[in-house]
Amino acid sequence: MNAPISTPTTARALSFVRGETLSQMPPPDDVRLSVSRRVARTYFGTPANAAITIGCILVLAWLLPPLLNWALFKATWTGNATTCREAGGACWSFIREKFWFSVFGLYPFELRWRPGLVLALFAGMVAISVQQRFWSGKLIYAWIAALAVMWGLMGGQVLGIPVPGLDPVPTRLWGGWLVTIFLAVFGAALAYPIGIVLALGRRSQRPFVRLVCVCWIEFIRGVPLISLLFIATFIVPLFMPTGVELDRLIRAQIAFIMFAAAYMAEVFRGGLQAIPKGQYEGADSIGLNYSQKMRLIVLPQALKITIPAQVNTFIGMFKDTTLVLIIGIFDFFTTLRSSLGDANWLGFATEAYVYAAAVYFVCCYAMSQYSQRLEITLNEGQRR
Amino acid sequence: MPIAMSTLDASTPDASSRPLPEPTRTALWNDPVKRGIVLQLLLAAFVLSVIWTAYGNMRANMSARGLVFGWDYLARPANFAIGEALIPFSAQDNYGRALVVGILNTIKIAVVGIMLTTFLGIALGVMRLSSNPLLARLVSGYIEVVRNTPLLLQLFLWYAIINSLPGPRQAVHFGPGMYLSNRGMKVPWLEWSPALWPMIWALVAGIIGSIIASRMLARRRGATGEAPPLWPIATGLILGLPFLASAAQGFPATLSIPVLQGFNFSGGIELSPEFAALLTGLVLYTAAFVAEIVRGGIQSVYKGQWEAARSLGLSSGQLMRLVILPQALRVIIPPLTSQYLNLTKNSSLAVAIGYPDLVHISNTTMNQTGRAVEAILVFASIYLTISLLTSAFMNWYNARVAIMER
Repeated sequence: MNAPISTPTTARALSFVRGETLSQMPPPDDVRLSVSRRVARTYFGTPANAAITIGCILVLAWLLPPLLNWALFKATWTGNATTCREAGGACWSFIREKFWFSVFGLYPFELRWRPGLVLALFAGMVAISVQQRFWSGKLIYAWIAALAVMWGLMGGQVLGIPVPGLDPVPTRLWGGWLVTIFLAVFGAALAYPIGIVLALGRRSQRPFVRLVCVCWIEFIRGVPLISLLFIATFIVPLFMPTGVELDRLIRAQIAFIMFAAAYMAEVFRGGLQAIPKGQYEGADSIGLNYSQKMRLIVLPQALKITIPAQVNTFIGMFKDTTLVLIIGIFDFFTTLRSSLGDANWLGFATEAYVYAAAVYFVCCYAMSQYSQRLEITLNEGQRR
Repeated sequence: MPIAMSTLDASTPDASSRPLPEPTRTALWNDPVKRGIVLQLLLAAFVLSVIWTAYGNMRANMSARGLVFGWDYLARPANFAIGEALIPFSAQDNYGRALVVGILNTIKIAVVGIMLTTFLGIALGVMRLSSNPLLARLVSGYIEVVRNTPLLLQLFLWYAIINSLPGPRQAVHFGPGMYLSNRGMKVPWLEWSPALWPMIWALVAGIIGSIIASRMLARRRGATGEAPPLWPIATGLILGLPFLASAAQGFPATLSIPVLQGFNFSGGIELSPEFAALLTGLVLYTAAFVAEIVRGGIQSVYKGQWEAARSLGLSSGQLMRLVILPQALRVIIPPLTSQYLNLTKNSSLAVAIGYPDLVHISNTTMNQTGRAVEAILVFASIYLTISLLTSAFMNWYNARVAIMER
């Protein structure tokens, strides 16, 4: 007698239910396989898998030899444009020739020790900051001091105040890696506090404060970065009192700070929302006021859990610094592109792009790997 | 003890006979409500004064430079040609029409880009999860390289590659009627004629028929457990009906195939080098992000769901379609939408390689007329509108699909 569930009345409600038991399947045998058999199964186990493997090998065979030929075997490492063209491969001597130009741009040659020092200082600060044992309030003061020194060294003046013993160098002579680093680092450093303020404002109880912050964030996130750069280039000068001129690089820098701050604010808001309500209530119940509550209880947790997202936002911002090309500011990429016009070295655009791509890739990949590692170590206490 | 009681609590029974203490008067700066109002007033005054000063400065600066704010320039002849336009445009047409051409070109790149990005991104995301390590590694290498280099650089690279292709006479021929040269890409295209209407209706009928068939099959599966495949019916309906409609009219559709004539191609449709470079760059870049979103979405589905579906005996296709994807989509769609939005906003990088999109045309307009404020205002508000509409839609969608928590 079969189960009564297949009668028409109940079938509508229960849908189809199999009446008989299926026969048992054999146990999996891959535990007993040798290494070579397991590899064979991984790559050629089923016809589809074998086709995928062969397809991948074909793609690699089609891509790699010409690529390696161009980048390594037929490449020219020393010599001039003529030897490059004769060899037919990549012309890395062009990159050698332009390397220091791509670092310093048009900065006066005899003063290059100053940006050199800036780079060294920056590298040192980064080397210290990536180590968690140096994380403390002092590190923030150290960065503020370092940024001031970097600015002073580069320009020979800070906000119009001359630095004794250094000749002023106008920002139109700045270029190369230095400008990229300045845009990214100053952008991040100032976007961080502004982003926190905007995020707190967006979650404020006060309607007008919330309105201002929401409008600000949504406007900046809603338009492409190019429009902010255009506004900084063409409209901000109109907003200035007559006779007051703001440096072009500084205007672009401000656009970047605003841009990064809006995105950072959204990251921080996510962190603020993720903190359990009990933390807010606990802070209230022990009688902390708003600023104590935020400073001592909420923000330390919210900032910590959003570190990976902060790094991702920073990576995005770092890549976006290339957009200043459109308003004619000589960052690393623009400087490199300008060297494509050198009459002695015409026709090596691909090499320049590959070099620039490699530099950006190394920086961004290192940052994303670092943020992934940080995510693990910061969650150590939460792991069970 | 009583003294302490009275200061602590006035409502204890033995204290009830005494009068209630006067409500303590808090100072103005300690009253949170009043303090809030004062703070907000101060903020309002600050914001207004900044806007007022900026506006005043702007008026002074503009009149000092002989600039007038106004939209009259939109009606003046543009005097520049646009390489590609979806509506007819000549140099005698006005700036307003040029702006429309730019908007349409932005929409064109966004729509085509979003469609291609979706396909490529989903494919890459699934390939990234392949059990074949070779494929998974290859795809993840691609994703890492593309995600960690600036888009602008990639656009220049694609533009340089397309420009370094041979000319039309030696064009790369990579499929029937498809040519790639330094003039862009040529592909076959259906030539439009009113005789195509019956075919379109037949296609629509085929799609509706397939949906009905799938409903009927689902009902039958529910009642009997038999699961006949849908695809032969759907293919037959979607391809067969338009074919029959076409055959009934004696095949009126003509395919325009590019042919080399002299120094260039004629026939087919052309994708300009700028469009091709921008499209390639945007699609390859955004697809890498979409792939990561798709992978994250699929991995976010709890492992028990996979095991339960397998133990029910679902095939891998059914497992994906019926169990995993409906749950993964909930996670995938919000960040996916923001990637679509990013693609649209990033299409403004067209200005760097010369594709005539909204920003490029606005840029030309303001260089010629000096109307920087107006031109920037126009394109910024168009992007802003698109963004706000999309996020409004997203909020609505999120509210709809959110898991109902009890």
